[in-house]
Amino acid sequence: MRYLPLTQPDREAMLATIGAKTIDDLFVDVPAIAQLDGPIRNLPMHASELAVERHMTRLAKKNLAAGEAPFFLGCGAYRHHVPASVDHLIQRGEFLTAYTPYQPEIAQGTLQMLFEFQTQVARLLGTDVANASMYDGSTACWEAIGMARRITKRGKAILSGGLHPHYVSVARTMAKYTGDHLETSLPSLSADTDIDSLIAAIDDDTSCVVVQYPDILGRIADLRPLADAAHAKKALLIAVVTEPVALGALKSPGEMDADIVVGEGQSIGVGLQFGGPYVGLMGCKDKYIRQMPGRFCGETVDAEGKRGFVLTLSTREQHIRREKATSNICTNSGLCALAFSIHMTLLGEAGLRALAATNHAGAVAAAERLAKVPGVELVNDSFFNEFTLKLSKEARPIVRTLADNGILAGVSLGRLYPDVADLANGLVVAVTETTTTEDVETLASALQEALA
Amino acid sequence: MSNINQSGWRPEMTPERRANDATFTGNRALMLEEPLIFEIGSTETTGVEVAEPAKAASRLGSLTRTAPIGLPGLSEPEAVRHYTRLSRQNYAIDLGLFPLGSCTMKHNPRLNEKMARLPGFADVHPLQPVDTVQGALGVINELAVWLIELTGMHGVAMTPKAGAHGELCGILCIKAALEAKGEGHRKVILVPESAHGTNPATAAFAGYAVEDIPATAEGRVDVEALKARLGPDVAGVMITNPNTCGLFEREMKTISDAVHAAGGFVYCDGANFNAIVGRVRPGDLGIDAMHINLHKTFSTPHGGGGPGSGPVVLSKALSPYGPLPFTERHADGHITLVEEETVGDRHPHSFGRMCAFNGQMGMFTRALTYILSHGADGLRQVAEDSVLNANYILRSLEDTLDAPFAASGPCMHEAIFSDDGLPEGFSTIDIAKGLIDEGYHPMTMYFPLVVHGAMLVEPTETESKAALDQFIGALRSVAERAKAGDESLRSAPHFAPRRRLDETLAARKPVLVWKDPELAQAAE
Repeated sequence: MRYLPLTQPDREAMLATIGAKTIDDLFVDVPAIAQLDGPIRNLPMHASELAVERHMTRLAKKNLAAGEAPFFLGCGAYRHHVPASVDHLIQRGEFLTAYTPYQPEIAQGTLQMLFEFQTQVARLLGTDVANASMYDGSTACWEAIGMARRITKRGKAILSGGLHPHYVSVARTMAKYTGDHLETSLPSLSADTDIDSLIAAIDDDTSCVVVQYPDILGRIADLRPLADAAHAKKALLIAVVTEPVALGALKSPGEMDADIVVGEGQSIGVGLQFGGPYVGLMGCKDKYIRQMPGRFCGETVDAEGKRGFVLTLSTREQHIRREKATSNICTNSGLCALAFSIHMTLLGEAGLRALAATNHAGAVAAAERLAKVPGVELVNDSFFNEFTLKLSKEARPIVRTLADNGILAGVSLGRLYPDVADLANGLVVAVTETTTTEDVETLASALQEALA
Repeated sequence: MSNINQSGWRPEMTPERRANDATFTGNRALMLEEPLIFEIGSTETTGVEVAEPAKAASRLGSLTRTAPIGLPGLSEPEAVRHYTRLSRQNYAIDLGLFPLGSCTMKHNPRLNEKMARLPGFADVHPLQPVDTVQGALGVINELAVWLIELTGMHGVAMTPKAGAHGELCGILCIKAALEAKGEGHRKVILVPESAHGTNPATAAFAGYAVEDIPATAEGRVDVEALKARLGPDVAGVMITNPNTCGLFEREMKTISDAVHAAGGFVYCDGANFNAIVGRVRPGDLGIDAMHINLHKTFSTPHGGGGPGSGPVVLSKALSPYGPLPFTERHADGHITLVEEETVGDRHPHSFGRMCAFNGQMGMFTRALTYILSHGADGLRQVAEDSVLNANYILRSLEDTLDAPFAASGPCMHEAIFSDDGLPEGFSTIDIAKGLIDEGYHPMTMYFPLVVHGAMLVEPTETESKAALDQFIGALRSVAERAKAGDESLRSAPHFAPRRRLDETLAARKPVLVWKDPELAQAAE
C-alpha cells in the first residue's frame, strides 16, 4: 500500500518491542461482537494510482463543466478567473498540510496570512475588524443572527425576502433550536427591494434585520435608511454579501453603518466546486468583537520583541468555554481564506476595481441584449453582475432544455422557491469576466427559440 | 564546538553572539523575514490583467463606491515570493512527523489534489441542472455508500462542513427524533469530562443542559456513574470512541444498550475513527450517530485550519431526521438531489438545512480518492498501523515519561503522557517547545483535561519505523533535559522563526487588523 511505510519486518520488530504477539493483541479491548475478522466484504480492495485516476476521471466526465459551456449561474456562487499562481501557492505543502496554528512559533506563515486576510476582509466589507473566516456565507449569516441575539438580548430577527433562500433555510433550521423568532418573506419579481417594509417591521423586540446586498435577484438598495431605522430601535443591521467582487464597485455595507457584515468569499480565489468548500467572511464593529464566533488572529511580540502573530481572544471559544462558548465552531476555512487572500493581493485595489467594472459593464450589456428577446423582460433597475429576467414561460423547464443543448442558462427561481407561482417565470442570470459576447448571443438565441 | 552538547542542542545566545550574528536584512540564510502586504504593496499595483470594460451606463444606482478601500496589490513575482516566504515559516506534515493527538495528521496523498481539480469536479456550479452533474452526485453517493459500509450504519448526512458542524447535525437529529416521539422534554446530554470542547458547546447550542460523566482511574467512562444518571430527562450521551485518552471504550455496547433502554440516543464523536476503520464498525456497538472528520481519517488536507468536512452516519432510528439535501440513486443509475425543490413529502421529518448547497464537495472527491486507493484491505491496515505506531511510542517512552494509562491495556492510535515527574517549574509546554527546536511539531498539550499536563501523541500510520525512532529519541532527550532541570527549555524554542509569543498582550490589547502606523498615530 503506497501510503503505508511500515514493512512486515518493521511490524514484527515493533510488536516485539511492545510485547505483543500479533496486531490482534492491540485490539483486545474491542469486544468480540464488534471485531471484524477481515476486510469488510463487498467493498473493493486497494487500487493503483492509475486505476483510481481512471475511475475518478470517468465520474468527472459525466459532469458538464462550467468552462465547457456558455455559463450564467450565480445565486451565491460565481465563476471568476482565478490566476494560476493562486492554486499553485495554496498547494505548497507548508500551507496545505499544516494544522490550525496552535504553536505560533512554527506557524507564522499561516498566522501572518490570516492577519492579512482579516485586514483585507475588514477593509472590503467596511467593518472595523473581521475574523479568520467561517465555513461559508450561509453559516456565517446564521452566526451573525446568533451574535445579534447575544448583543441585544432580543430574539426576533427580520430577514429580507431578498436573502438567499438557502441562507434563510439554514437560519430557520437553527432558530428552531435556539428559540429565535424569524420573520421571513418571499421576494417579488419587481425592481423594488423590501427595504421599506423591513423598516416598518422593526420594533422594540427586534434583535436584527438581515439584508442581502446585492440581493438574490441582483437588486441593490441603499442600506443607510435601514441602518438608521434599526439603530433607532437599538437593533442591529446585518448585511450579507454573496458576491464580494461587487464591493469593488459598490459602497461597502460598513460605510452605510451595518453593524455586522457577513459574506461568501468563494468569488475571490475559490472555484465553484459544486458548492464547497467555500469561505465565510465575517466582520463587525469593534465594540462587538467579544461576541464574535470563530477564530481571530492578533498581533503581538515574541520574547525578543519581534512582531509575531497568535490566535487570540480564545476565551470566547469552545475549547476554553465548552458549553458557554459563543459558538461550537472549531475550525475556519483556512485554505480557502488563503486562496481568497492571495487572489485579493494579486488584484489589489486597482485590479479589484477593474474587475468589478468589467463585470458590471458586461452584465449591463448582457441585460440589454437579453431584454430585447421577445418574451423576456428585465426585472431590475439596479444590479451589479447579476440580474433577473421575467420570462413569458416557466423558467425551470427552459433551463433544463437549454442545459440539454449545452447552455447553462442561469438559476431558475423555481429551483430556489419551489411552488411559488409568482416567481416561477424568474431566471437569475450572472455575467462575469469569464462570459463572452458570443456566450450572451448564444443564450439570447436559445431563449428566443425556447420562448417562441 | 565546545558549546554544542551531545543532543545537538545549543545554549541560548548571549547578546554579544547575537550582535556578531546580526545581518543587514535581519534574515538568516534560508530563514527569511517577510513584511506584511500592507507594508510592501500599493493600491496602484496589480498582478492581474483584466479586459477593459465595455462602455455602458452604470446600473449601480446611487451606490457607486467613491471611498478608497485600502487593498494593496503585488505583481505576480512579488506575490509568489511573499507567500512562498510565508509558507516557509510553517511546520507541516510534508516537513516531518506531526504528532498532534486527536488531529490525525497523516500524509495527504497528492492524487487526491489532482482528482479534486479535474474540471468536471472543480468547475461545476452547485445549482446546475442535475442531469449535468451526474458525476458529482455520483461521487457523493459513492462516498456515502463507503461511509455507511465502513461504519455499519443505516444512513449518512453528507452536508456538515466540519466535525463540530457534524456534531450539531447528529444532536439535531436526536432532538428531532425525541420530539417526534413526544419526548421533547428530555433536556440533558451527558458528556464525559474527557470530551472535546465542541461536544458540550454543541449540546448547549441545541438547547441541552450538559452534565459531566466522570472517568475511571483507568481512563474510561465510568459506566456505573453513567447508568446511575440515566433517566427520563436524559436525551442522550456524547461519547468519543476511541476516547481522548487513547483507549477503546470496552463497555461501549453496554453503554448504548443502557442509554437506549432509558429512552435516549447515543452520539459518538468519530474524531478518532482512524484507529478502528476497517476493523470495527460503530454500528455494531449501538451508536445512533457519529461524525467522521474526512480531514482526519480520510486524509483531506488540514490546510492550516480547514476546510474540514464532517459527514454524519446515522442509525435507522435517526435517518429520517437527517438534513437536506441528499442524493438518491435510482435503479437505472440516475442520481437525484433531494432538496427543497424535489423533496415533496418523501422526507417529511428532516430537521432542515445546515448550509447552502451540497456540502464540502472538494473534500468528498479527495476522500473518495483516498478510500479507493486503500480499499477495504488497505483501510484495515491503516487502523492497524496507526495503532501499532502509537503503542510503539507508548512502550518506548513509558520509562521516561509518566504514562497514566499504561496499565489500562494497549492504547489505540494515540499515546498519552502526563507531566508527573517533571521538576518544579517545568511543565508540558516546556517539553512541547523543546520539541520544536528538535524539528518537530509538538503533541497536543493539556488535553484531555482529565490528565494533568497531558501530552497526547498521535503518530498516524504514515510514519516509518525510522521516523518513529528518531522522534522517540528526540522526545526522550527533551524529557531528560526537563528532568535534569535544564533551564534553557523554559525559554524554548530557540531556533524557530519566533521565540515564545506574548499571548496575554495579544488578548489584552487586541490588534486584529493592520493599521497604517502614521494614520494610527494621527488618529491618537
